[in-house]
Amino acid sequence: MLSIRTLNSQTEATGELSLAALGVGARARVIAVKGSGAVARRLMEMGVVPGAPVRVIKAAPLGDPIEVRVRGYHLALRRAEAQSITVVMTDE
Amino acid sequence: MSSLLESPSLDVETGGSASPAARRQLTVALAGNPNAGKTTLFNALTGLRQKVANYPGVTVERKEGAWALAPDVPAARLLDLPGLYSLDAASIDEQIARDVITGRIQNLPAPDVIVAVVDATNLERNLYLVTQLLEYGRPLVVALTMFDLAQKRNLEIDMRQLASALGVEIVPVVVTRRRGLAALAEAVLRAAGKNAAGAGWRLSDEAEQELAALTGSNGNSLDRHTALRDLYAEEMPEDEPRRLLVREARARLSESNPTWWQEPLLARYDWIERVASRAVRSSSNTAAHAPTTAERIDRVLTHKILGPVILIAVMLVVFQTIFSWAALPMDLIDSGFGRLGEFVGNILPEGLLRDLLVDGVITGVGGVIVFLPQILLLFFFIAVLEDTGYMARAAFLMDRLMRGVGLHGKAFMPLLSSFACAIPGIMATRTIENPKDRLATIMIAPFMSCSARLPVYTLMIAAFFSTQKLFGFISIGALMIMAMYVLGILVAIGVAWVLKRTILKAPTPPLVLELPPYRVPNPLTILQMMLSRAWLFLKRAGTVILAISIILWALATFPRMEKPSQTATARAVEAGSEVDYHGEQLRQSYAGRAGRALEPVIRPLGFDWKMGVALISSFAARETLVSTLSIIYNVGDADDAGSDSLVGAVREAKRPDGTRAWTPLVALSMMVFFVLAMQCMSTVAIVRRETNSWRWPLFMVAYMTVLAYLASFITYQGGRLLGFT
Repeated sequence: MLSIRTLNSQTEATGELSLAALGVGARARVIAVKGSGAVARRLMEMGVVPGAPVRVIKAAPLGDPIEVRVRGYHLALRRAEAQSITVVMTDE
Repeated sequence: MSSLLESPSLDVETGGSASPAARRQLTVALAGNPNAGKTTLFNALTGLRQKVANYPGVTVERKEGAWALAPDVPAARLLDLPGLYSLDAASIDEQIARDVITGRIQNLPAPDVIVAVVDATNLERNLYLVTQLLEYGRPLVVALTMFDLAQKRNLEIDMRQLASALGVEIVPVVVTRRRGLAALAEAVLRAAGKNAAGAGWRLSDEAEQELAALTGSNGNSLDRHTALRDLYAEEMPEDEPRRLLVREARARLSESNPTWWQEPLLARYDWIERVASRAVRSSSNTAAHAPTTAERIDRVLTHKILGPVILIAVMLVVFQTIFSWAALPMDLIDSGFGRLGEFVGNILPEGLLRDLLVDGVITGVGGVIVFLPQILLLFFFIAVLEDTGYMARAAFLMDRLMRGVGLHGKAFMPLLSSFACAIPGIMATRTIENPKDRLATIMIAPFMSCSARLPVYTLMIAAFFSTQKLFGFISIGALMIMAMYVLGILVAIGVAWVLKRTILKAPTPPLVLELPPYRVPNPLTILQMMLSRAWLFLKRAGTVILAISIILWALATFPRMEKPSQTATARAVEAGSEVDYHGEQLRQSYAGRAGRALEPVIRPLGFDWKMGVALISSFAARETLVSTLSIIYNVGDADDAGSDSLVGAVREAKRPDGTRAWTPLVALSMMVFFVLAMQCMSTVAIVRRETNSWRWPLFMVAYMTVLAYLASFITYQGGRLLGFT
């Protein structure tokens, strides 16, 4: 059942990058959440798990934190946290 | 879809009568994600028949109410828990909620039935907690809130599918229209005594083997839940042999899979996605991509330029309103206590008892209760801002600035609340997950100029500054007050910066914050919050403040000096000698002696011994400075900071050598001292309870007092060097 999560074909085609590197409006799919600390756990508990689609909604006035939409709700996180989330870009 | 709301709830297992377990009083806990509509549901089920207390050792609120389930069974004991995303807790709030659910709180039985409050518009993330509750295996009912909103978003939820997948009853509720509440009660009665079926997902064979070994041969779902927690939670089990087993199991798992710890998380979401794909249909394909209402509102409210401007405007409106709207009721309370004092003074014979009641109890407690209108208004605004969803946006906007000094975006609201009173501010820090960040926020919260400092500023400014204008139109008084607020903020920033680099050194705290949908605030929720806060405040006024008032009165009254003449002639004594009597009595009292002993220390700040007495008394609560000065200078109307008599007395007060005791420079020095010094017993008490040790409150008193002394010293001595007097 867990093999669904690996999504190998896509990563080779488009390349992996961190969520922090995405511009406003970009859509992506989560590949992995790096680290094993409390933040990684909390992100995954809140639905940021491999396979989940995310979309960058906006950045706060000073450029940080950023707001993303995941599983139909809105989540604010710092760029430092976004850095630990590996994604691939998706089109529509 | 809407017809489901009128029909009774959908049972998974048919058969409707209450189980035998329902004949005794049930304990029911409401568990759910933050913003899932838990508190609104709790208020609707219990009305205002609630008790608010604290969990032992922490200031997390414990809300409990009676829920009339059915006419023929005793009302259930309904517990409202703090919101939580997961049973693997991150903040104190979440720990408490988890401990209640799993029956780990002293004197509180594990709930007979857990009602999981699930937001229908945010099903997948809300179901995560439900998967954990299913693993836990206690009787469970799901209350599906925001059902009407989900329909508006064209989300169709197949209740039967969802219920059969979860194996528990699901009751859609629309709290604002009180729909589904009776069905929820019936479902709870049916669920009592029936354990939930357990989770519908499994891990890899390897992990399942390890789990089975930790569960034991005849393990039930509760044992499996414990095994899961032991194997996968960040913290290790306490039991030593068990810890060894777990460590070995983890080592074996990590050999073949470096991200072994993610397995249950992934399996839960995998299962959730499969359940949701069967049970939820989005009727329009574009719905998932269309901007939500919140996104459209946020285009303005968290806009790069408009966002901060609106935030500042909101803060200004809140504070302006708190001060201007509260003025009338505050005057009423003030004069009410004045009349009560007169009344008691008239019916009681002259003597110690009368003095104690009038000068000690009524003056002291009245001086604090006078702030009740401001507290009520502040919590009205906080409740509205929180309930609408704006609070989270404020944290989002402010996070970058707060991080500059090493604090968390979530520290912004506690600090903002501290401008009214540090106590609710410090209580509000409990949403900050990291203990060091929380401590740093607690340590600087008292620097925000609270409403208790206002009477002091007002008196000093009325006496020495208000008549002057800058450029003919800006009042010096208004500028001075603003300067005091700014001074507090700047020092707070500096202290936070230092603390976060020294004793509270920690990596920059992470921010993972949900921005909830905007919602129309629920009046009952707001009223309930205002009432519970007001009650906590009054309870404090009736205990701590009452005790301090009596102690202070006693210190200023004993040892007792004989009245200069008999009662009959006392009335004929001229006002002048009466003042002398009071002055002499104060000099002789313990408080007076302490003030004179303190004089050498505070003289470099420009203060004399009478101010020393006022300072000592104001260490209990800042606003007592005004009433103490009134007693010292023997002015009738004790609590009125703007009263001409006290202003006049302060202006005219002389030192023994005939020079004026107060000058503008002394007043400024006094104000600076009040900005920085820790003069509030209630704050010390709340920090003690919040940090569970005396170390932090004592450290707070010490460093703040030292800072206040230094700043006052620099102000006064610097001012004299510059030629001011």
